[in-house]
Amino acid sequence: MAGSTKDEILHDHNHDGIDRRGFLKCMAWAGTGALCVMQGGVLKSYSLSRPSEMNPEDLKGELSFVQISDSHMGFNKPANPDVAVTLQAAVDKINALSRPPEFLLHTGDISHLSKPEEFDTVEQILKSASAKDVFYVPGEHDVLNDDGKQYHERFAKGTPNGGWYSFEKKGVHFVGLVNVMNLKAGGLGTLGHEQLEWLEKDVKHLKSSTPIVVFAHIPLWAVYPEWGWGTEDSAEALAYLKKFGSVTVLNGHIHQIMQKVEGNVTFHTACSTAFPQPKPGEAPSPGPMKVPAEQLRSALGITDVNYVSGKHALAVVDSTLA
Amino acid sequence: MRRSVFSASLLVMAVMSLGGTVRGPRSFVASAQEKAASTAEVKIDNFVFGPTAITVPVGTTVTWINRDDIPHTVVSTEKVFKSKVLDTDEKFSYTFTKAGEYPYFCSIHPKMTGKVIVQ
Repeated sequence: MAGSTKDEILHDHNHDGIDRRGFLKCMAWAGTGALCVMQGGVLKSYSLSRPSEMNPEDLKGELSFVQISDSHMGFNKPANPDVAVTLQAAVDKINALSRPPEFLLHTGDISHLSKPEEFDTVEQILKSASAKDVFYVPGEHDVLNDDGKQYHERFAKGTPNGGWYSFEKKGVHFVGLVNVMNLKAGGLGTLGHEQLEWLEKDVKHLKSSTPIVVFAHIPLWAVYPEWGWGTEDSAEALAYLKKFGSVTVLNGHIHQIMQKVEGNVTFHTACSTAFPQPKPGEAPSPGPMKVPAEQLRSALGITDVNYVSGKHALAVVDSTLA
Repeated sequence: MRRSVFSASLLVMAVMSLGGTVRGPRSFVASAQEKAASTAEVKIDNFVFGPTAITVPVGTTVTWINRDDIPHTVVSTEKVFKSKVLDTDEKFSYTFTKAGEYPYFCSIHPKMTGKVIVQ
């Protein structure tokens, strides 16, 4: 990636508008801070270390929002002794964006131990964000001890049953799913029959041109099942979304950026604002990964999403805290 | 040659008499064994219950201790026991009064599984 060249489609073997080689190149850069922007099937990538190459025109749209994830408020071990400070740094980053996002999506593990003071602190810090609305889905750390009662009271009041819900913003349909309840021994994330039935009904009558954004904590694709990084019944959920021209799935849980494209669905996982985790299989377990202090902030981050009406895919841009 | 044989037999005799002492009064040994078997420990670290499977006699109190830098739970799949969330260095104990197999897992990280076999 030299000078001001932008990647464009060179090899469209599957005739789906996606240059896989370009995309894979971009995935390799994700760890060092590359922005990958998908617009109408054309992939553009910019190095985070050369922000002058980013054309703000390309990132404009009718709707933009930011995804944050895995704040783990209450965690205080060596991998990051002060997660409140790094969450605040993420909020500062949000507030520095040239266009204030309309709202925030938090894809779970808001707290570390489901303690009231941990939830309080996160809500307090997010109050200083330029976006006043925050939509949440729970992580497994948010539903400890009380089967999610406290989470439900705070963040899912008025939602039917298990805390899943949907809403519309500027013609984009958002669906918040819960896949961290009733986990079975040896299993992965799970959505369950009730939620899947609800989802089928929820999207049934939408026009297939409606852009869909699904957000849930545990990845809805099998990133690395050995570490529980997947959802066992996500195939059924994705089947209900097959008719739509643009589906973006935003997840957290794995504390690193990963992207995958499958037909009309783009899967995207976000960084944590608290601590990074190792790449699949590169450590004996998926626990908090210690990095040298000066590198910590570049391993944490936020995701900015832009929607431009008429374009099929959402532009998803990740930035690190450093 | 004879000297080393002599020393060797002395050594054997010493070992035998030592063995004799240890094998001493049966009741003393039996109660010492019971005491030692009434507790067992499972260390939780690196997303693993170690040892993953343990076999203990009826009446044993098993203590799980979390040495990982991330919280875990100990939950019986048959709903026989369930710990609250254990942060680093926190413990959970359960006394097994009935023989049987007790599979369990961490409800936060369900890929972590273990088993207590009570005989």
